[in-house]
Amino acid sequence: MNKFTFRGGVHPPYNKITSNKKIEALPLPEVLYVPLSQHAGKPAKPLVKRGDVVKKGQKIGEADGFISANIHAPTSGKVKSIMEHPHPVFLENVPTVIIEADGDDTWFDGYGERKDWQERTREEIINDVKEAGIVGLGGAAFPSHVKLSPPPEKKIDTVIINGAECEPYLTADDRLMQERPEDMLWGARLIKRAVGAEKVYIAIEDNKPEAINSIQDALREFDDIELRVVKTKYPEGAEKQLIKALTGREVPRGGLPMDVGCLVHNAGTSIAIYEAVRFGKPLIERVLTLSGSGAQGKGNYLVRIGTQFSYIVEKTGGTSGDIKKVIMGGPMMGISQYSLDVPVIKGTSGILLFTSKEVKFHEPYPCIRCSRCVSVCPMGLLPLILVDLVKYGRLEIAKEQYGLLDCIECGSCAYICPSHIPHVQWIKYGKSELRRKK
Amino acid sequence: MKANERLFTISVSPHLTTEEDVKKIMWNTVISLIPPAAFGIYIFGLYSLLLIITSVVFSVLTEAVFLKARNKNWRQCFDGSAVITGILLALTLPPKFPLWGIAIGAAFAISFGKQIFGGIGQNIFNPALVGRAFLMAAFPVESTTWTAPKGVDTFTGATPLANWKFNHIMTPYKDLFLGNISGSLGETSVIAILIGGAFLLYKRYIDWRLPLSYVGTVFILGGIFWLINPHKYPDPLFHILAGGLMLGAVYMITDMVTSPITPRGRVIYGIIAGVFVILIRLFAGYPEGVMFSILLVNMIRPWIDRAIKPNILGEVKK
Repeated sequence: MNKFTFRGGVHPPYNKITSNKKIEALPLPEVLYVPLSQHAGKPAKPLVKRGDVVKKGQKIGEADGFISANIHAPTSGKVKSIMEHPHPVFLENVPTVIIEADGDDTWFDGYGERKDWQERTREEIINDVKEAGIVGLGGAAFPSHVKLSPPPEKKIDTVIINGAECEPYLTADDRLMQERPEDMLWGARLIKRAVGAEKVYIAIEDNKPEAINSIQDALREFDDIELRVVKTKYPEGAEKQLIKALTGREVPRGGLPMDVGCLVHNAGTSIAIYEAVRFGKPLIERVLTLSGSGAQGKGNYLVRIGTQFSYIVEKTGGTSGDIKKVIMGGPMMGISQYSLDVPVIKGTSGILLFTSKEVKFHEPYPCIRCSRCVSVCPMGLLPLILVDLVKYGRLEIAKEQYGLLDCIECGSCAYICPSHIPHVQWIKYGKSELRRKK
Repeated sequence: MKANERLFTISVSPHLTTEEDVKKIMWNTVISLIPPAAFGIYIFGLYSLLLIITSVVFSVLTEAVFLKARNKNWRQCFDGSAVITGILLALTLPPKFPLWGIAIGAAFAISFGKQIFGGIGQNIFNPALVGRAFLMAAFPVESTTWTAPKGVDTFTGATPLANWKFNHIMTPYKDLFLGNISGSLGETSVIAILIGGAFLLYKRYIDWRLPLSYVGTVFILGGIFWLINPHKYPDPLFHILAGGLMLGAVYMITDMVTSPITPRGRVIYGIIAGVFVILIRLFAGYPEGVMFSILLVNMIRPWIDRAIKPNILGEVKK
């Protein structure tokens, strides 16, 4: 089989140690912390107040504007309060609905299988997705209904279901593809219908033979969908790189996949969309990978949104060794956490507990211009030059001549750098300075 | 212990880094210099070893003094880069060069070739070649007094290039390839240099585009002149086997710090350097042009880096 790939990239140790661990549902915690902002765009407006009784799946936050997403109660219970609480993405505390579970876990009234789910129209699918508050589950958490509603002049012909999961350690999508291939393919089919695409590709890295087999088997019932095995290389699953690998098309600078007729959805998102259309199920739980040498119970877990990291760690056997870093997401692009108090949000693809085994502190050394950052950059940028330009405040030159804003922050440059220069940190700083000066 | 009572380290992604660091790269490059250095010692005698040691000691010492003066961590002088400069300088000099001379050259290479620009990574010129050029200007006689290898019977001890240019004597290819000839300490044996180069390529410390475009240009351009007038100009094979071309192609034009950062830029860089080699060898007063060719492209390098950029994804097809 042909293997598709892109230019650049790195091969970090993948450590997919949990790829044979079955998805396990964790027991319901007593208290859930549901932030009103879990997605790209504006935070949701709260629909409940302190003391309200809520059902599982009931909408408790309304999308504010087009680029925003609904928020739902992950279980039945009582709203204890709405207050500022630590958040895994934002450094400051953000408004969070705190729900005391009643333990019954009773669904809201609208939940249940729809008889016509296989025949739902394009508008109905988009509306289901919007109502269910689905966002990209790969980590960026962009509202899915927005991606499903491109402006009419942008014709989408190709849908790509992203099961590359190129981040080391993470195996949540891998497991979902192994355990629920039909559901994922149904989701893909519904997405295809929603945007009127002609082609659907399922992209999986070749280091997931089990997932590839399982999808291949399931595909016998889905002749409208094609499997595309991609090379195992980081960041194969980055949107622009994946589109380039599978279709040869390049998303124009500053543009979106729809500009080249493509739409990329994550494998987990695809299943969430299927559940929303078939059962009217809102996004109130997700599968994540718990891993890293500091985690006793390494595995893949189905957890409710709003479950604190600390609860997950305790329920799976606690920690081992001296935890140096806690990362939400993968080690290449994930966000380090200062505390385990933060809750799981829709974009939490993994929780990594790193000890000194994985975490090495390096004093940056002067750049020796070895240019490894140049050869690995999947965007064709010159990271070493960008760092220098940002350092000396020449942001306009960095943006106009060296594509500062094209950086996808995948971290390949900082990973490969023998001088351990934090390129991504400088580039993020440069981007924020540019925004600030506007 | 409850995990949630503790605070953890915050840092920007990525949270993984490669195991390789600058020190490893530099010291492995030192290892790659062993074949030509050992061969030089073998054919020219133990004095050559003394020459290398003196050069390394004064390089590292100068580095330490400057780091201290610049309020940097002086232990950086052991990162291996000064050792490379020291060895390279010795390899480019005549095997009987005076020890006091090489001490001055090493100190000059590190101070004026590297530290005044801001130390490692900041220099425009290859430090070893800066030292070599300085010695050539300051001690012209010592810099061009050649000795024949032990047991080789040549009456002048002139290098193959000088023999061609001034005495019209051609050296056999076999001798050029194996290295049992007169010349700089480390430049004579093509085979020993290629062994070191293979190691560097295997380690991915050098980009094959640089030596290939450099040597390739010398071969093609030298060949064109040879076809025009085979009596006046040497054949292309002689061009690439004689003199310091191989040493320069493997260890100097490939210097990370002073060569371009893009693949396309490197090809252009190598070609320009190759043109300089032929121009100097055929039309200038010196028999050898490798040192000047590299120093000259070093100067052009910032311009190449500014002009040649890779295509940003999504740039072409709009």
